[in-house]
This record gives sequence, C-alpha cells and structure tokens, in this order.
Amino acid sequence: MAKIHVTTTVNGEPSEFLCDPQQTLLDVLRDELRLTGSKEGCATGDCGACSIMLDGRLVCSCLVLGVESEGLEVETIEGMSSGDQLHPLQQKFLEEAALQCGICTPGFLVAAKALLEKNPNPTETEVRYWLAGNLCRCTGYDKIIRAVLDCAADLRGA
Amino acid sequence: MSSDNKDLKWVGKSPVRPDGNDKVTGRAKFGADLMLPGMLVGKVLRSPHAHAIIKSIDTSKAEALPGVKAVITSADVTDLSSEWVPAGEVQINFRDLARNVMANEKVLYNGHAVAAVAATNNAIANAALELISIDYEVLPHVIDVEDAMAEDAPILHEDMFTQGVTPKPDKPSNVFKHVDIAVGDVEAGFAQADLIVEKSFKTAPVHQGYIEPHAAVASFGEDGKAELWCSTQGQFVVRLYCAKLLGMDVSNLRVTPSEIGGGFGGKTTVYLEPVALLLSRKAGRPVRAVMTREEVFRASGPTSGAVTWVKIGVKNDGTIVAGEAILKYQAGAFAGSPIQPGCMCAFAPYDIENVKVKGYDVVVNRPKVAAYRAPGAPISEHAVESVLDDIAKQISIDPLELREKNAATEGTNAAYGPKFGPIGFVETLAAAKAHPHYSAPLGPNQGRGVACGFWFNIGGDSCAAVNVAEDGSIVVSTGSPDIGGSRASMAIMAAETLGIDVADVHPNVADTSSLGYTFLTGGSRVTFATGMAVIEAAKQVVETLRERAAKIWDISVDAVIWEDGYAKPAGTNAGDFEPLSLGEIASTAGKTGGPISGNAALNAQGAGPAFGTHICDVEVDPETGRVTVLRYTAVQDCGKAIHKGYVEGQIQGGAVQGIGWALNEEYIYDDKGRLDNAGFLDYRIPVASDLPMIDTVVVEVANPNHPYGVRGVGEVPIVPPMATVANAIESATGIRMTELPMSPPKVLAAIDGAK
Repeated sequence: MAKIHVTTTVNGEPSEFLCDPQQTLLDVLRDELRLTGSKEGCATGDCGACSIMLDGRLVCSCLVLGVESEGLEVETIEGMSSGDQLHPLQQKFLEEAALQCGICTPGFLVAAKALLEKNPNPTETEVRYWLAGNLCRCTGYDKIIRAVLDCAADLRGA
Repeated sequence: MSSDNKDLKWVGKSPVRPDGNDKVTGRAKFGADLMLPGMLVGKVLRSPHAHAIIKSIDTSKAEALPGVKAVITSADVTDLSSEWVPAGEVQINFRDLARNVMANEKVLYNGHAVAAVAATNNAIANAALELISIDYEVLPHVIDVEDAMAEDAPILHEDMFTQGVTPKPDKPSNVFKHVDIAVGDVEAGFAQADLIVEKSFKTAPVHQGYIEPHAAVASFGEDGKAELWCSTQGQFVVRLYCAKLLGMDVSNLRVTPSEIGGGFGGKTTVYLEPVALLLSRKAGRPVRAVMTREEVFRASGPTSGAVTWVKIGVKNDGTIVAGEAILKYQAGAFAGSPIQPGCMCAFAPYDIENVKVKGYDVVVNRPKVAAYRAPGAPISEHAVESVLDDIAKQISIDPLELREKNAATEGTNAAYGPKFGPIGFVETLAAAKAHPHYSAPLGPNQGRGVACGFWFNIGGDSCAAVNVAEDGSIVVSTGSPDIGGSRASMAIMAAETLGIDVADVHPNVADTSSLGYTFLTGGSRVTFATGMAVIEAAKQVVETLRERAAKIWDISVDAVIWEDGYAKPAGTNAGDFEPLSLGEIASTAGKTGGPISGNAALNAQGAGPAFGTHICDVEVDPETGRVTVLRYTAVQDCGKAIHKGYVEGQIQGGAVQGIGWALNEEYIYDDKGRLDNAGFLDYRIPVASDLPMIDTVVVEVANPNHPYGVRGVGEVPIVPPMATVANAIESATGIRMTELPMSPPKVLAAIDGAK
C-alpha cells in the first residue's frame, strides 16, 4: 500500500514524513522521526509511556494514527527542555529521585506538565487521578507525586 | 565499621543520579531504541494451545513471501542435554531453556514460541507468521497446582520422575521434586502448645510487570562473531545462555546491556535474545525483536501461584513452640519454581526450636516462572504471617509483641541452616511500634494490619574498574545493569573512598567484552557485591596515588597519606610539601609510572540478611468489597543506605508491588487453558490513584562484611505486604481472607458469607 505524506509540527519545528495508513503516531515518532523518548509499554493506551501533546491535548500516541497528525502540533519529551535548561519538572524529578528505571519517566513528565499548565495548584488527589493513566512499576508513585506537587508549589512561588 | 559513622561525606546522601539527565529527556536508550542500518524486524509465532503435540510445521509459504529473510523453528536450536546450573537464586536447565525459547515436540502453554521470522518490515513479518502452518494434536492440559499433582493429571514431561523420593517412582509425574526442611521435633513441639492454629491459603501467580517489554537487537557476522543489544539484568548471563543455545564460543558474543525499563527478576533469563541471534545468523542482517505487552504476559515471567498450609503452636505467653508448613508452587511449563527459597524463608524471621517444611515443585501448562523480587519468600511468609496474626488475636497479645517475643536475633540458628550474624529484625519491630501510624485512630470499616518479611540477599561475582582520567576525573565501570539508581550508589562509594566530589565520578555499565564476568543485577546484590568491587578498585587507585606522590616528593610511600582527595606528606615529612590533588597527580601520571587504574574481580561473601516490618490501614466497603489502602508504613533494616532517596524508592516500589499482589493481580485462564487477561487493562497493576504515600523508615544495623555496612534493599519490601493487607482486612471485617488477590468479588462474597 502506498505511503501517505504527512506535514506536521514536531516540538516547534516543521516536519514531514511518509507513513503507512495503519501506522501509529508512536511508531512514526520512533521509527520514522527517530524520536525514541516516547516509549511503547502496551500499545493499547493503558500505560501512558507514549504520552505526547497533540495540539495541546494530552494523548497516548499509540492510540493515534500517524496520518491523524496532519496539520497538528506534536510535542514530545524531546521538546520539554530548552537548550541546556531542563524543565522545572525534569529538574524536580532528578532532585527527588522520582524515577528508578526511567522507562515511564518521559510519559509522566509530559502528563505532569499538561496537568500543571491546566491546574497550577492541584491537590494530591488531583495529581494521583491525573497520572492514573501512567503506569510505574518501580517507585510506588510516592516520589513522583511529591515531585509534581513540589514543582507546582515552586512554580506558583516563582 | 559502624553504620553511624559521622565522617561519611557522601554515603547516605541523595545526590542527583549520574544517568538522570538522559532519563528525564528521553535520550536514554532502552532495549527497543536501537536501530542499525539494514535492520530487519523479528517476530515470534506463539502457540494458541495450552498443551499440544507439534505434528508438523510447514514454513515454506512464509519463506516464499517477498521481504522475508529468515524463518526459524526448533530445528534451528541445538537440543541440549539436561543439565542444572545455578542462575542467581534459582537453578536453570539448558535443555528446558532451549525448549522454552522455541518449543520442540510439544507446546506446553498458551504463548509458547513455535517459530520466528525476520522480515523487512512489521507488516511483512506479521503476514509471514500467518503463512506458517502448524499441525497440532491438542492434549488435555492442567493449570492448577493441585490438579497437576493428582494421580490422573495430564503429564507435561514423560521423562519427569519426582526427585527426592525413594524408591524412585515408576511413572512420570508433574511433581519435579520435593524439598524438606526440618529441625527439632514438631510433634513434640505441638504437644507443648497451649494453642495451635492451622490454615490453608492460595496465592495467585503474578507478573513482574516491568513497563518495558523484552527487546533485543542482534547482529551476526560472517566470521561467527555476534553482537547483541538487549534489555537485561545480566549481560554476562545472557552471553552464556545465548552462546550455549547457539553453540558459540562465549567470547565470540558481545552483549551490551541497554538501559533497562524494569525487571524485578523477570529479565534474568532469555526469551527473544537467542531468537534474534538465530534470525540474524540465518538472514545475514541485523534483527530487532520486541515483545508486545500481550506476549510479555503470555510468554514471560511470572512468579509461582501456590497452595500453602501452615500450622503454628504457641504457649499462652506467645512463645512459638513449633511451626509446620506444606508448600505447593507452580513452576510453569518447566521445572524450577522458587520452592527452595520459599521453604527456607517460611519461618526464617523467628527463633523456633521445632520446624518442619515440605515443598513441592510442580509443572503446569503456564509460562515458565521467572525470578520475581525475593523469589518464593512472599508466598510462604504470607501464610506464616497470616496465621501469626490469628494467634495474636486468639491469645490477646499485640501482634508486634508476639513477633518481638519470637524474633530471630544475632546468634539465632535459622531453621534453614545458618546462624545469624548481626541482624536488625527487632529494631524494625521497635521502630514500627514507636511509629505514630501504629497508634493512630481508625474509623468505621477500617482496620490495621502488621506483618514482617525476611530475605537472604546475596553477594557473588563482580568486577569493577576505576580509571583516572588525565584531569583527575574518574570513570567507574561495572558489569551491573542499573535498574534503579545503582550508578548513583557506585559513584557515592567511589567518591567516599577516594575522598573526592561525587560529581567527579562518572559511572558506566560495561558490555561483556569490556570488563570481567559480573553476575546479574538481582538478589539485592549490586550495592553490596559490585559496591565492594568498586571500593576495592578505588582503594587500589588511592595506593597508586600515594606511590606517585612519594615519587614526586622523593620520600617513602609510608610517609604519604591520602586525605580528602589529596596526597599529603605525613610523619617526619609533615608540612614539607604542598598537598597534591588527584588532578595534579593525574596530569603527570605519564612521567611517574603511567596510567592510574584500579581493577577488582571478586566473589563477595557475607551478604547481610534483611528484615522488614510493614503497617497498613485499610477501609473495606461492605457494599462492594472494595479495599482501599488508607495509610502504609514500611520499616526495613538496610544495613546502610548508600543513596537514601533510592533506598526509600526501592522500599516504596516493593511495597506497592506487594499491594498489587494482595488486592488486584491475577491470571485468568479460560477452560481451554488460554490466558484471558494478557494486558494492563485487565491485569491490573496498582495505579497512582489506588494508593496513599508510602512512608518509609530505614533502620541501619550494619552488615559487618561490607565496608560501609550494606545489606541490600530491593527484595525484602515485597515480602510483608500480602499478609499486612490481609491482616488489616481481618481487623476491619473480622474475616480472614485466605485467597489472593483479595479483589472486591472475593471480599464481598466473604462478607456476605459471614452474615
């Protein structure tokens, strides 16, 4: 089957790719654009390791087709820091040991950033429910939730 | 060395991990992230049946499909002779390993690999799998452990005759072996008891649930040498297993461990790795094979499900006079459940004169079990800790006090053999008792449970190289994949030993051709054993640095001390020369004797056994049976926490895996022996909204066999939660749940049944 030409913006840069009609956006990001920071943990939208922003909306990129990103803005973990400056959430995750193996970390960071942009002052319960679609098997979530809450407090104070 | 050594500069702190930046930016390369030029896609065809004879396999149509570059079946795998060798905390049989990687003669579980293809893209690989035609003769199957032990059970292996029974049985069985542990005389012990409580339990097999599926990239050369990149807990173990299965010289295979997205014991064996190598050898091109989540559930892990029975006798004052257990563990399709450690751990936390444990290792038509955090221990200790809770209630003694009264201490002869050295069990009990959680008020439908856990921890083979760069910065290479922050702890121990800033130490995980043999990341051994290798190599560097300074100053090396990262003249020479920094000595190393490097290769002995005590509050909804964990506190003796943040993290993560085991996780099979819930939606691991914060208390009773007192952390925390939660549910409802998981339907049925 012929490939389809798609034009998008990825992390602020104009981007074009060819993809199969059935190819997921996650596979396109990883295999065609070589942005392997988004991870495949399940391919069924259950684990959140492939979380990205699509036109400002948090989605599992494994549940979006590559062709659906035509004309849209894609933001991935690779676009989260600017230059040599980590995003405050990335910095907080490091300082508070909020990752162990690190495979779920990109998804958690993308999802947490989306939360704080929407709600700069979330309660612990709100953070827990917002991140309930991101699975972590190493940390028991404790340090992740604390890092997000502490980062939110820092950002409000800044 | 005392663990409360106040002079330590880095040990016990929580610096940012050296590999952290890569992991928060998406730059870190995990198993599936490597792409090589000309790389093919490898895919595996798996059995739809639980138990069937493979009458024939026809791969000709698949081979003829354009874009297919190789097809393999068991005919491509060397069928090895039966040989048991140690592999961490379990034993492994290469014949079974080969037949698990690729089914030969029979398929033994739904998901068992039967063939594999390499093709130029995903779609062609999938199409090729559908073109492989297999003629199966479906056989009766058996999923449950006690059904598999029955006289008339379908037999998985016609050549399996139960070991450990005399005379040798005259017909095959699904029971691979019996394990017996006994001290004292349990009958005499029970005769002295004022109260005897006995109960049977069932635990579900649970998957390790790492978020990163298995992945391997193999590249075979025409010269018979190969490179393999994969997500593993032990690159050297992968090298040995794959070389064995492919009939290669071990050193012809170079295995590079990718970053690893969780393992918990599940990545201590091989599945895709030999398949990718075989495909690459046949195709003459690099091959990448990655499991889907469904394949992870159907074909890898889990740990055993089990049926257990425990009987404990006590005096009215709470003294345990005898303990007895019968443990039946599922091994999956091939022998080798963690029944041995399960039997050894059952009563290990307690000083009991009379103990008898009998264990059975039983094959069933499920995936072969793999190690999972303290393999075997959570299952047997769940039963013991549940019975102890009932005893405490019946003789009206505080459950922590009951445990304190019987706790193993230094000098106690453990029922499984050795005499304990310094251990911190009673310290964890005291810390739990003193914790505000233990006396906090409870509301309606709420209850509080406590339970304890034990794990041996291991040492073993590790190598380390500490190399001084020209500017005095340090590269530390080890062979231990960093699964949860071990680079940070290696950097801390090297910096502490060298007296320099931890930021000047750069740890690195080496491939199998760059460093000597290092056993896998497992058994809670890395910070202990690989840590000892790093410390020894760093000490060699310090010796060399003193020699070089002595040479520069032209004084005796005995007159040079190493302090805070500087060589200083001492004794009669004190103050004669300006101290020399590591960087200064390094920059002139070429003139004083050459590169400065320390290399250690050791077998670490004297691992420190560790104990944990957990407290859990739950609320049970009487209308739905749903159990909500309200508060959780985990106390553990770690010997010495090297990186405090990651020690706490290990405890929290282990406790939450245990909560999942207690409340949610199980495999659901249909009547044909096919797995019905092979995905994260239906196999429900705990999510953030299920949980409270997990409070940790780190107790430090130093292990005298490690320079900084390390015991090992990762495994103990998964042992107590199942009984802790069950005991909390009992406290809330008055009902003793005896079957895991304690999911809403089961709890509701128990509540309704008690009305």
